[in-house]
Amino acid sequence: MSASLDRDDAVVAAEWLRRTRPADWRNPAPSARYDLCIVGAGPAGSTAAVHAARQGLRVALVERRQLGGNSLNWGSVPSKTLINAARSGAELPAVLSRLRRVRSHIAEHHSIERLQALGIDVFLDQAHFVGTHALRVGAVTLCFRKALIATGARPAPADIPGLADIGFRTSETIFDLAALPRRLGVIGGGALGCELAQAFAALGSKVTILQRQPKFLPGIERDAAEILSRALARDGVETRLNTAVLAARTADGSRVLDVANNELRFPIAVDEVLLSVGRVPNVEDLELDAAGVLRDPTVGVHTDDFLQTTNPDVYAAGDVCMRHQFANVAEATARMAVQNAFAGARERCSELLIPRCAYCNPEIAQIGLHSWQARERGIPIKSYTVFMADVDRAITDDRTEGFVKLYVREGTDGIVGATIVAARASEMINELSVIMNAKIGMRRLADILHTYPAQSCAIQLAARAFVRNQPIIPFEGGLQTV
Amino acid sequence: MQKTRAAPLTELSDHDLLERLQRSAFTYVETYADPETGLVADTSRQGSPASIAVVGFALSCYPIAVERGWMTRSEAATRSLRVLRFFADSEQSDARDSSGHHGFYYHFLDMRTGRRVWDCELSIVDTALLAAGILLVGRYFADLGIERDIRTLADALYRRIDWTWAQNGTGAIAQGWKPECGFLNYGWEGYNEGTIVYLLGLGSPTFPLPKASFAAWTSTYQWENLLDVDVLYSGPLFTHLFAHAWIDFRGVRDAFMREKGCDYFENTRRAIAVHREYGARNPHGFVGYDRDLWGITAGDGPDRLELRVDEHDFRAYGYMARGAPYGPDDGTLAPWAMLATAAFGAAEALRGTRRLLTEYPEVCPQDRFVSGCNPSCRQDSGIWLSDGWYGLDQGLLVMMIENLRTGLPWRLMRESVYLREGLRSAGFASGWLEA
Repeated sequence: MSASLDRDDAVVAAEWLRRTRPADWRNPAPSARYDLCIVGAGPAGSTAAVHAARQGLRVALVERRQLGGNSLNWGSVPSKTLINAARSGAELPAVLSRLRRVRSHIAEHHSIERLQALGIDVFLDQAHFVGTHALRVGAVTLCFRKALIATGARPAPADIPGLADIGFRTSETIFDLAALPRRLGVIGGGALGCELAQAFAALGSKVTILQRQPKFLPGIERDAAEILSRALARDGVETRLNTAVLAARTADGSRVLDVANNELRFPIAVDEVLLSVGRVPNVEDLELDAAGVLRDPTVGVHTDDFLQTTNPDVYAAGDVCMRHQFANVAEATARMAVQNAFAGARERCSELLIPRCAYCNPEIAQIGLHSWQARERGIPIKSYTVFMADVDRAITDDRTEGFVKLYVREGTDGIVGATIVAARASEMINELSVIMNAKIGMRRLADILHTYPAQSCAIQLAARAFVRNQPIIPFEGGLQTV
Repeated sequence: MQKTRAAPLTELSDHDLLERLQRSAFTYVETYADPETGLVADTSRQGSPASIAVVGFALSCYPIAVERGWMTRSEAATRSLRVLRFFADSEQSDARDSSGHHGFYYHFLDMRTGRRVWDCELSIVDTALLAAGILLVGRYFADLGIERDIRTLADALYRRIDWTWAQNGTGAIAQGWKPECGFLNYGWEGYNEGTIVYLLGLGSPTFPLPKASFAAWTSTYQWENLLDVDVLYSGPLFTHLFAHAWIDFRGVRDAFMREKGCDYFENTRRAIAVHREYGARNPHGFVGYDRDLWGITAGDGPDRLELRVDEHDFRAYGYMARGAPYGPDDGTLAPWAMLATAAFGAAEALRGTRRLLTEYPEVCPQDRFVSGCNPSCRQDSGIWLSDGWYGLDQGLLVMMIENLRTGLPWRLMRESVYLREGLRSAGFASGWLEA
């Protein structure tokens, strides 16, 4: 650990606040009119602000909580720090201490000073629309040529009687724990629920994960989800699929979740509850009607493929309008919205290739189409799978769990999607992201040099399986695989 | 007269080996059928209830036993009629202890009373396996005397199944139902043994599934290149065998298989190739695995034991649907599985079976294969073996060996108008369906 990450917690907390929301902050006097007003300073808002400011645009960035948004403060950064530290065998106080240092360290890149240095007016206050081209921020009104809604999302509530009364934690509050819960109940088997269930089990909690659906990570394919189920069980997590939480209460000093698995009903006593049942967009306080912006019942703000709302001068980006609520999508759509709003670009968010990962052990990453999505679109698909147990580096490192599966459009060598289950799937999937964006086909991929031995050789081995699978035709002087 | 001692299995010719193992498997049906209800026990273990799927296999075995001279036609007809009458007369209602509902039956029934046990589910797929056996026996027996009653009852029982009810208002079919909580969804995704549910449901003259249901079923299929084999994947071997015990898929193709230039029979052959290749690679280093010693499927296995093989720790899964190559795999093999694939490749199946019988002869007590063995896991003085025998294993073996030897089950079912209609509704064409 670097020296900058090794200081007292109080100093670290003060530093984090100074970077993300200084206590003595005073909003600047607003300009008469901004080229771009951005509501929300998470990955989408911050990215858009920096991108626009670098184009010479006059930018206002409004944030009601911490700069950096969910990803930095309560999401990806703290959760991945926790997962990594938990695997190292550390204890919770040390893990949380490190988590705060890491968060503060990374916050420097998103700090208010850096934004100011780019000429961005930062307003730390609540904002709402008061017209098609005006926002009310605290006591002042900001007028704009264009606006970007980037207010992100927050943990979704659950309609479980009694849960609010007994108290529960979400991804935003789980990192405030003072001590390791002896028993932790996790409601929800999506990526974050599974990641944190596994991490707390590694820290020493007795974890029970309750998933209403018949598999974990409902959007991922069966074989990957089943490997995850077995990995959770292997790591001591009690997994309960097809299980709904009917009610919550306290009894004998414990929190009790009353659950149902088909006809079986039984209580589960825990010390802490983590609710992780998805995220809902932050739109309620924006008074979108005043700006002529239509809400979308599913994704928050209704946008077209160019991220334009029903007000042609108001755009949206990130979790507040996207089905895929990931930081990389937020940043990409933010850049896209600025380009479309000011540079006359016509960039479509439907054309984004989105690599994503559940940071479990093993990690599960995906990009592009699943096979069933391809079939829905009438695209004939064949997948090529290489098991990590057949990859030399995985064998040398004793990390043979998982597989690489590439989905290839039949009759071509074009890759339309991939699923990777492996120890470092989050890194490996990025090779697929480059390959697919560069439209490199299986034939060429089979011949592109990789380091040896490396986990990513699995990707190349899949391409070589493709080549072996093609008919061999004779040519002058010998045989050639086509 | 002194009784001649039977020759060791490994010394028999292929013909004699098949005959003896098939005959021994059939004795399970003879031994573990209830004399009153005709129901057949799920396992040979003390107090085992009946499994309706095992009854489906047992019914299908009676014609084979007649043709092979193991049982008189009269006795086979009596046994068949007994169990069909049980099903016709048993309670169909939403009561918690009835035998069935909407023409479907509970997975496990009390051997004597025929009532639901263990609060088990009304099983759609196990009812389909029962219905397949009912249709087969209905085809075999003649339209005369008590055999006419078999035909009549078989027809009535099949027609009574309300397949559309099991759709629960959705495109796909539910996997089960319980009076306590309604329909069950196990999250079926991709290919598995459920094909037979759709084909029999689509062929019903009374409650036919809509044609779109088969498209919904196949929509999650994945055509995969696994270990250099192109295959419609499903992990456990039994999923490539159950429907095939009754349905001759050679040369008949639905839209998916037409697109892939394959058929479901050929697909099972490829799945076997994947399993053999997996056995050769043996990624976890389990004891015994080889290209000629394989057979990973659903079944009994060691439980609550931590295995340690070559410095690796493995969890033991107990009763589990094991699969290859994605897993789960804890070193447990189903000793019967290789031979059950004989109709798809006799040479490989027999070579593997002989290897198994040579290395681990204890897997076949009284010439009947136990459900599971785990050579990586030692117990007492030998390898881990499951207790007793499972009816599904024995019934499947009898049928698949017969399909290899004479094709009798396939021939009888090719004559079923309901199956033919089901296949056509699902979009199958060509081959014997055109005849």
